[in-house]
Amino acid sequence: MNDDDLRLDGNAAAGLLTEVFAVEMTTALGTCAHCGATNALGTVQVYVHAPGTVLRCPACTNVLMTIVRSHEHLHVDLSGVRRVEIAG
Amino acid sequence: MTWRVATIRDMREETASAKTLVLDVPDWPGHLAGQHVDVRLTAEDGYQAQRSYSIASAPEERMVALTVVRFADGEVSPYLVDEMRPGDELELRGPIGGWFVWDAHDGGPLLLVAGGSGLVPLMAMLRHRHAVASHVPARLLVSARRAEDLLYSAELAELAEADDGFELLATLTREAPAGWTGFTRRIDREMLEEVAWSPRELARTFVCGPTAFVEAAADALVGLGHDPALIKTERFGPTGGSET
Repeated sequence: MNDDDLRLDGNAAAGLLTEVFAVEMTTALGTCAHCGATNALGTVQVYVHAPGTVLRCPACTNVLMTIVRSHEHLHVDLSGVRRVEIAG
Repeated sequence: MTWRVATIRDMREETASAKTLVLDVPDWPGHLAGQHVDVRLTAEDGYQAQRSYSIASAPEERMVALTVVRFADGEVSPYLVDEMRPGDELELRGPIGGWFVWDAHDGGPLLLVAGGSGLVPLMAMLRHRHAVASHVPARLLVSARRAEDLLYSAELAELAEADDGFELLATLTREAPAGWTGFTRRIDREMLEEVAWSPRELARTFVCGPTAFVEAAADALVGLGHDPALIKTERFGPTGGSET
């Protein structure tokens, strides 16, 4: 197994993202704080084997979000995403 | 999104390593073809393991069907495939996802490209298309190692014989039986050029399978001139999801 096999996409984080945002998020658009690329969260790179779940920009690989679960808490770092647009 | 306790009503053997679990889920809100669920198992000592599984059944069916492929060194799939029995319960939450979905009202043509168990969510789309008697032109290109690894092969053959605009194409990458008339190599640009409609037809395209498979197929389609915005991809991980 190489690193490429560990790279999934936003669909793999859909359940976790719904825990955080309480709505369906794979259709939401996220704008990368580093390069400005805007993509549906279903299309971003996702690594689930890091401690926690890491979402990366598919254009520049900047970390968009990290979500780490510890005991009863979810620790969410959104510093890599400038803007999120949710359909509704 | 709440965890629900589902009861296994039936188990169907699909291949030597895959079974379909047919689940009765109380208060199931309904789903769209392409969505998945998270399944959670809890050991007696409280340890929990969680995985994502695509829904194989059409939204029109009353029960929710999940097809699970056993990974030999997996933590969850061997238990689901080998240990669970009808009448047993498991926890799930869903439906999950909204990007990798297709509804007959979205129209077509519909191009589906599946690697291995990546066929599962695409099968839900084909079952949905059939359940609502849609005649949207649809083509499935499915890749498996051997004929006996092909999921749903009898049902797919039946759907293809219905003469309602669905065409089935398959490739076997390791070993093909005598008389096999399909492809016998990994999916590549030439195969996709032969199978796909012209990019001008603006087919709604869904590609699902292991990461390397999905990226090779999607890149080839884009290289052939298909609009990336019409190509939706879902990558399956080696363990099918995250641990908690």
